[in-house]
Formats: sequence, structure tokens, C-alpha cells
Amino acid sequence: MPEGMGVSALPGARAGGLAVVREPGLQGMVSLKLDLTAGWAAPGVMAATGHAVPGQRQITRIGQGAVAWMAPDELLFFCPHAQADVLVAALSDALKDRHHLAVNMSDARVLFAIEGPGTREVLAKRMPVDVHPDSFAPGQMRRTRLAQVPAAVWMTGPQAARVVCARSVARYAFDTLALAAQQGGAVGVY
Amino acid sequence: MSTRLARGGRYLDRSRPLAFTFNGRRMHGLAGDTLASALLANGQMLVGRSFKYHRPRGIVAAGVEEPNALVNLGAGGRFEPNQRATTTELFDGLTARSQNHWPGLGFDIGALGGLAARVLPAGFYYKTFIHPRPFWKHVFEPVLRQSAGLGAAPRERDADRYEHFHVFTDTLIIGGGVAGLHAAKQAGAAGRRVLLLEQSAHWGGRGPVDGGRIDGMPIDDWVNVTLHTLNDMPNVTLRARITGAGVYDHGYVLGYERVADHAPDAGGPRHRLWRIRAARVITATGAIERPLSFAGNDVPGVMLASALRDYVVNYGVSAGERTVIVTNNDDAYRTAIALQRAGLSVPCIVDARPDSSGVLPAQARALGIRVKTGTAIAGVKGRRRVAGVALCRHAGTGTVTERIACDVVAMSGGWSPVVHLWSHCGGKLIWDAAAAHFRPDPAQPPTNQAGDGFVRAVGAANGDLHLSGILPGGTAPAEAPPVPVWMMPLGADIGKRARMWLDYQNDVKVTDVQLAAQEGYESVEHAKRYTTLGMATDQGKLGNINGLAVLSDALKAPVPQVGTTTFRPPYTPISMGAIAGEARGHVFQPIRRTPIHDWHTAQGAVFEPVGLWRRPYCFPRPGECRADAVMREVTGARTRLGLFDASTLGKILVKGPDAGRFMDMLYTNMMSTLQPGRCRYGLMCNENGFLMDDGVVARLDDTTFLAHTTTGGAGHVHAHMESWLQCEWWDWQVYTADVTEQWAQIAVVGPKARAVLEKLGWNLGARALPLMAWAEGRIGAFDVRVFRISFSGELSFEVAVPASQGRALWDALLEAGAEFNATPYGTEAMHVMRAEKGFIMIGDETDGTVTPQDLGLGWAISRKKADYLGKRAQARRHMTDPDRWRLVGLQTLDGTVLPDGAYALAKGENSAGQRNTQGRVTSSYHSPTLGCGIAMGLVKHGPDRMGEVLAFSTTDGGTVLARIVSPVFYDPKGTAQNA
Repeated sequence: MPEGMGVSALPGARAGGLAVVREPGLQGMVSLKLDLTAGWAAPGVMAATGHAVPGQRQITRIGQGAVAWMAPDELLFFCPHAQADVLVAALSDALKDRHHLAVNMSDARVLFAIEGPGTREVLAKRMPVDVHPDSFAPGQMRRTRLAQVPAAVWMTGPQAARVVCARSVARYAFDTLALAAQQGGAVGVY
Repeated sequence: MSTRLARGGRYLDRSRPLAFTFNGRRMHGLAGDTLASALLANGQMLVGRSFKYHRPRGIVAAGVEEPNALVNLGAGGRFEPNQRATTTELFDGLTARSQNHWPGLGFDIGALGGLAARVLPAGFYYKTFIHPRPFWKHVFEPVLRQSAGLGAAPRERDADRYEHFHVFTDTLIIGGGVAGLHAAKQAGAAGRRVLLLEQSAHWGGRGPVDGGRIDGMPIDDWVNVTLHTLNDMPNVTLRARITGAGVYDHGYVLGYERVADHAPDAGGPRHRLWRIRAARVITATGAIERPLSFAGNDVPGVMLASALRDYVVNYGVSAGERTVIVTNNDDAYRTAIALQRAGLSVPCIVDARPDSSGVLPAQARALGIRVKTGTAIAGVKGRRRVAGVALCRHAGTGTVTERIACDVVAMSGGWSPVVHLWSHCGGKLIWDAAAAHFRPDPAQPPTNQAGDGFVRAVGAANGDLHLSGILPGGTAPAEAPPVPVWMMPLGADIGKRARMWLDYQNDVKVTDVQLAAQEGYESVEHAKRYTTLGMATDQGKLGNINGLAVLSDALKAPVPQVGTTTFRPPYTPISMGAIAGEARGHVFQPIRRTPIHDWHTAQGAVFEPVGLWRRPYCFPRPGECRADAVMREVTGARTRLGLFDASTLGKILVKGPDAGRFMDMLYTNMMSTLQPGRCRYGLMCNENGFLMDDGVVARLDDTTFLAHTTTGGAGHVHAHMESWLQCEWWDWQVYTADVTEQWAQIAVVGPKARAVLEKLGWNLGARALPLMAWAEGRIGAFDVRVFRISFSGELSFEVAVPASQGRALWDALLEAGAEFNATPYGTEAMHVMRAEKGFIMIGDETDGTVTPQDLGLGWAISRKKADYLGKRAQARRHMTDPDRWRLVGLQTLDGTVLPDGAYALAKGENSAGQRNTQGRVTSSYHSPTLGCGIAMGLVKHGPDRMGEVLAFSTTDGGTVLARIVSPVFYDPKGTAQNA
């Protein structure tokens, strides 16, 4: 694919208020299903990606990449968009003799960044997640719902979060986050 | 006449006057007022009419238990009926109107002569509206509808926004009175994450009004000191104006916050629904005072004793000039003392008890207030306002001993702990005979997932009505126990009992409950429905216990044996907006959009919902109607080139060593033999043998399949797969992934399909991709997977690209296809082309009761396989019955379009007197290709009856004739799709 042909779901979308909600653009994402309890799983993942397997509900970052625990048999890798197929190939090669499923899901998803003092309250208005700093700090990952759609969320800083959901509902997700961030709606809890 | 006092009013800011209107009349209040206190300050005691008898109604209470002072609040987009004046904080510009009267509040036709009470006894509806039968529909129901409901329904769109807020806490405390604050201090000091909710705008509850001392301090001072302490604790969150509305399983609690009711133009959400998950819940919800049942206790001016002192102390408002107090307990003496201290006249305290010698009665007597013990109220003088009372001996039948002129009667029948939140999730109650109330039974709390109690009641909510019982440093005058009084005088005759109100809003009187008992409604739940006791908007907060006691007396059964009705959430009404939260307008529901959606919108496409997707139904050109657009789109695709956004089709990856075996079980046909690079159309049945979904399966490699599903079926089919893998075949090595949205998919259809793809640069190796094959490679600059499959009967390639390239591919196809008159087409043209080819549609030809065999799809059912989902069910007798309706084509004799869903008529009638039928239309269209109506349908013995003519019913009672034909109307040899 030539540079610049691919577009994310809502290029340049941005809304301000209690926190800034924006769509940062295409993000490489690779889903990997495998038996995380098997002895070969962690070495295989390490060999293919340089990542250790994160613990339950955790996300770890190395450079431009990250890996999140999604389920007892599922991981989600983040990488530059153009690298996703390379990553799939690397995983498939490292695990070729093992039962697994590695698939490029970059375009099936949309990524949002939420940044600013109201970040935690914006999340709490739309997600049934305990976003208290004691419970939800950078390094933690939650699979949950964003209002009426499934989503995953993690903190990238004390006042910054990332949300991933299905690409087809990007407009809904952005609109409902932007509404949650609208001025005048500060709760004053976090 | 009620009025503002020159002094007092803890909540008031006398420097901030506020203007408001009531029934169009301009009035003035002060910052800190409720609407009720402001109305009283303006001399307005009469605030509404009761539901059934349209009796005049005045303010009774000062809090959430108020049954009468309900108003239509606001106007236009902020109009809301049934708002309690006692909990509505006054703001500048508030407008309120009274409810349930015609033509006016002062004069009401419905109340004429008190006739209503005589013609509308308890159970009236049940006895009256049964005969004659037709009257229900034509007379009773329209009349009842007209009179139903107190307030008016809003007519305009809600002007405000609402939201939810999720919060987690170790300890949730509901109620910010002395007991709640004390509990918060303890939990906060223990290091727990604490959330303390108070329903009003003020902390401290009743304590500051009722008096006493804590740790040597006046209550107000202790509250302030404690608030400071709590505010300094980072682990404690204090929130006012949030009602604990409901307690549910697993420590889930709803809090109802009025964010902007008191400041409607602040710009934020109006209400916020707090969805709280608490490890433990403490209810510090206080208690509610009970009225007394005496004749005329519903006349405006008869109020709760506690409310009266609330108005004096908190709002600097007197409800009247001369107040007679009637009580069965010591607490009501506080009202006498407070009124006397405010300079108001208390001519008499009427105490039903034979003796009153406690500390508070002594204080009252010392202030010179006359106390009459062993005495009751025989009757109230006045219709629209109390003018006086007649007294009698409580132990007698009501012979008047004395008359006293007064304009207010302050009544106190004792206190009922607010046990609602304790009870919501299963907490049990015990009857405390000494205090004459139900209180939480600590041995039977609501239990959590571990079986442990997770709710604890404290303070008055736990039956501890005295400060010393609530916290160690609390001191207050000792009180003698109340004597239960459920009716006064004890020997009241029926004339008096028929004027003793239990439920003011719904007009339930002592006689109604007695009638219910007499007529056999012995269960408290039955008596409630029969009389409507406790079914008003206050849900019986005021009158329920009195009603239960009357019922128990009538049944000669003890109160605890009669029991209570069920306490259900919400504790007080919450707004529909708060429940809906943000889900309205553009975020009412998620709408799924394909990567090409914006193009469709820009073209003015007519959309149709398919699941949560919006798919273009057709693309009308200027001046073109929908039907014309569909015909043009079909013809364009059949004769030249059609483009169709098929991105919504489900795409599920199935991979693993056992994938072939798994696919063989899921589909009725053999999938494991499919070669990599090839596609196969497959049918999926549920375990009952009925057709569930269909689609093309592509084999990607030895261990990987890509299963296409219907648009609406993707989520369900994926869940179906995971259900079987996780629950039944957990040892099979198969992984699935729903990759639907990873790909944009465009069907390139028609005689010029190959030409346009070659023009863009076909680079897929296999030049002549055969039908039912797929290949991966490039078309122009695009990374593509191309599936040579056809749902239209034309030469057709479905081109899939990563979703991020979908729009670019669409644009490139339009541009390259311009020379072939490329025609984008919508779902309806797709349906028409499918129907012309006799291809079935899931949801049209199937409805959950149709098998593949019914649809002539026996060829897609493998007989070689040992098993597949649905196989066993399909062997059952009913499923192999030769009389089952089976798929045929239908063509009207006159060329018109058969009505969709129409039935084929058969001779005779069934046992219900309905016409017998022998088939039905499952899909029906006008075919531009054939120039006439075509249809598919299921007909008894259909395929064996080719050429027969059937009569189909139409909705206007007529019939239309259609001939049974082959369902394949177009190109039965498949010349076009094989081109």
C-alpha cells in the first residue's frame, strides 16, 4: 500500500472540555491467541516480539510497541501501523509448530486518546471501571464497555488514557466521549 | 394564614430574595427555601387536589414523604409533573402549577358535594368495570384515561442533558445526618475508601432541629466540626443532593444526583445517576413521622408535627398562628416548644396517652402550654383550611368535650425508621412493639455473593430514635415510650372512620382498608392493590404503617403477622432522563458505519438498519423515487457494472489443527474437504435443525478457514462458535477471531466486472479466477483478497482490502468504472437480484422454523458426515413430514407484486374459525429484468405442484392469483455468473 492511502476512522477528530478527546490516527494492532499457560508461550512471544507476557489485566510498553493481556488465551500487540503484517509474520514463524492464531486487527479498531485533568471522570461516566488512581494506574488495562459498545482502556499517564473500540462505531464512541468531556459536567471526585 | 417569621431559618440567606410564580401568581422567597417553605411564606397552604375525590390538599410534610404538594414544575423543555415542593429547592424564576383540578385549584368540579367518596369506594374499579362488556372499550377506558395521573405529561423535548457516573468504594454511607456523619468518621479513620451521600442540600439531618448535644456541643457545631474532619480525609468523599435510590445484588447501589435542579442554567447535566459498587453499605436514612388517623385529618392545615418545627427552625416560616398539637409520644412536644419559642400560639397539646410526665412534656408545661391527656380529636372544622378542632375522650366514641379554634393541627403518630434501602435487596424486618415500628433485623441482613450481610442500618434508620443510642457522646432529653394509636378515638363510628385518611394522594381511608379485609383481601399485598394504599407517588412513606395496623386490627391478627408490602427501588422517584443517561439524540444508540459510509451519505443514499449497521438501501438520483432507483441499479449491474459495499458481511477466522472437524460440525455440508484457494457456500443450523445462517467459506490454508456470515448474523454466529468451543468441545484445538471490521469488501458485479479490475491492474497470479475460488495479491496499489463469488447471478468479484484502504478502493473503482457507467447499488437491488436467481435470504425465507430441506437446499447437506449441528433434529418425524411447506417461485397471473407475507388460501376453516392456509409468501419484488412481479414462498407440497395457481389473500380482504413456478427466474443455467 502506498504511503498515505490508508486512513483511520475519524482522522483529526478532536474535542475539548474537561479533557481532550482525539483520534491519533492509524495504530498497528495484532491479536494473538494461544495457551498462555503453556511453557512455550512466553519464550515464543519473547522470540518474536521482544515482549514478556504481561500479567492479568496489564499492559507493558517497550519503545513504540506495547502488549496487553486481553484474556487467559489472548494478547494484543501494539506497533506502528505499517509493521503489523511484519509482526504477524514474526509471530506465525516463531509459533509455527504451536496451536495459535495471529491476525492483524489494526483496521478493525479505532484508537482514542483522552488527556487532561478530567480524564478519569470522562472514563467513569462511560465505563463501569474503577478508575480511582489506587486501582487504575499506568500499566493497568481493562476490557470493558464504553457506553453501549465493547472497548479496552488503559492509562498512559496520571491524566492520560487510551481507548480502543471497533472501527465501525468510531463516530459513536468519539461523540459519547466528547459529550462526557463537555464543560460543566465535572463531578469533582477524581 | 402561614407566613414568614421575622427571625430564624437556618437554611435561609435573607439577603438573597428570589422571585417565582405559582399558578401564574408572582411570589417571593429567599435563597435556601424549598418551594414548599416559600409557598407557606406566601400564605399558600392549598397546593393541589387528591387523585380520586379531588379533595383540597395542603402541605403535610417537609421532606421526601410529602404526598400532597406535587406540582407541575417548569415550562416547555423543562416541564416536569409531580415534583415534590418539599424537596424542590427554590431558584429565581421558578414556575409551578398545581395539579389535578378543573377548572381551578380553589373551585373544582370533581369535588362537588363530596359525592365522589360515596360513589367510589375501595375496589370500585374491579366491581364496576366488568359489565356490560363493550363498555370497557368505549366508555370506561376513555373516561379513566382522561382522569388518570396527577400531573400533565410533558409535550416538548427535554432541554437538559443527563449522565451516569460509575464509582467504586469500600464503604457507602447513605444519609448525612448525625448517624451517617458518625459512621463516615469511623470508616474514614479506619482507612477505607468512603462515599457519603446526603439527599438534601444540607448536612446534619434532623439533629439540629430536634436538639440535644454531642460531645458537649450543640448539634450544629458538632456537624460543622465533623464535616471539617471528613473533608480533611483524602479517602472520604462527601456528596450532597444525591439520594440513595436503590440497593441491589453484589453491592450495586444507585445514587440519584440533582446536579442542576436548583441552578437550571448552570450548563452541566441536570441529573446524574451514580452507579456505585460498594463492598459494604451503611444506611443512615433516618425515620419518617407517622400521621394520626382522626376524622378530617386531610384538611389543609393538618401537618406532621416534625414538619412544622422544620419550617420554623430551618426556613423561618410558620404554617399558622394557632397550632393544636395531637400526639401519642413525647417527641411532638418539641414542636410545641419550638412554636412557643418562635412566638406562635399553641392553645393545647392533645395527648392520647393517659399520662405524660416526661422531660419534654414538663418543659412544655413550664412554658405555660396546656396539655390534655387521654384526649383525642373528634373532628376538624374547615374544608379548605383548618378552622378548629373538636376534642373528645380517646377511649370513647367521640362525644365532643371541647372545641378549640386553630388554623393548624400538628400531628404525631410516632416514627417509622426508613427501612427501604435495607429491604431492597432482601433485608428482613422485626416489629418493635415498644416503639411501635418495624426496624431492620440485624440477624437477617441483605447478603452478598459470599453470603455475608453487606448492609448495616445505623441511627434512626435502625430504630435508634434517641441521640444517646446513635453515638456515644450524644445526649438528649429522655422520652417516654409512645402508645400505639392507629385510630382516634378508639370507638369511632363509621361516619368518623370514613373521614380518616390513610393515603392522602390516592384517597384511601380507614373504612377502605376495613372493607378490603371484610371482602377477603387479607394478604397485605392484595389489600394494597384493592385499595391503592401506598400506590401513590410517595409509595406509602406516610400512610403505609397506619394502613397495615388498621388491616391487622380488622383481621384480628398482630401487626408483624400482617407484615409489610414489598419495598422496591427507587426510594423516591427518579427522572427518566437520569435512567437514560447520555443515551439520546446522536448518541442514543451506536450506529455502525463501513469505511465507505461517508460516501453513501454524500450521495444522498436512503439507509436501512441491518443490526446496528446502516446500509444504503438505494441511491436515488435527483427526481427519482426509491423504486425507480432500485430498478435502475439492478439493470445497471445486470447490463454493465454494479458496485456494492459488502463490508458489513461477517468474517470469522477459524484456525487450528481441529478447524476442519469444527467446520464440519458447524455447517451442514462438508467443509474439511475444501481445498485452500477455494470457496464453498455453506448452511449453518442450530441444534434444533433449523437454518440459522448462511455464507461462503473460504479455505485460507490447511488449518485456517474464513467463514462469511450474514450482516446481522456475525456477532451471533461468532458467539455460537465460541459457545460450542468453550462449553462442549473445549478440548478441540481451534481459535476463532471476528475480523469483520478489518476488511472493507466491495462486490464488483456485472459483465464489465473483470474489465474494470483489469483496468486498475489485476495482479493476482491466477488470471481467470474461476467461480468459487479466491486469491490474494494486488489490484493496482491495493493489497487485496478477491473472492469470485456471486449473489447476483452475474460475473462477480468480491474485493476485500484492509478497512483503512476501503474508501480509496471504492473511489478508484468509481473512477475506473466511469467508462462502464459503474452503478453503485444498495441492499434492495441486491435483494432483487438474489430473488431473481432464487437465492434464499436468511430472515426472509427463514424465520427460525425453516429447515434447509424446506428450502430445497438438500444438496448442501452432507450425507457422508457422521454428525453436524442439527442433524439429529432433522431426522425427527415432524422435520421429515412430507406435508411441510417447501420453497417455490410464485408469479402473479396479472404481473403485479404479491403482498409480502400473504397467505395462500386453502379450503375450509380451522377450529378457531379462521380460513385454512396452504402456504405463504416469504419475499416478493418487482423484477426489472423480467418486467413483472416475482416472489418466493413456502407452499404445502410446493415443488410437486409446478404450474398450479393459488389464491393469496390481500390486506383489503381480496385475493390475488399466482402460479407456482421454479424459484430461479433468471439465467437458470448460470451463463452470466460463469462468464
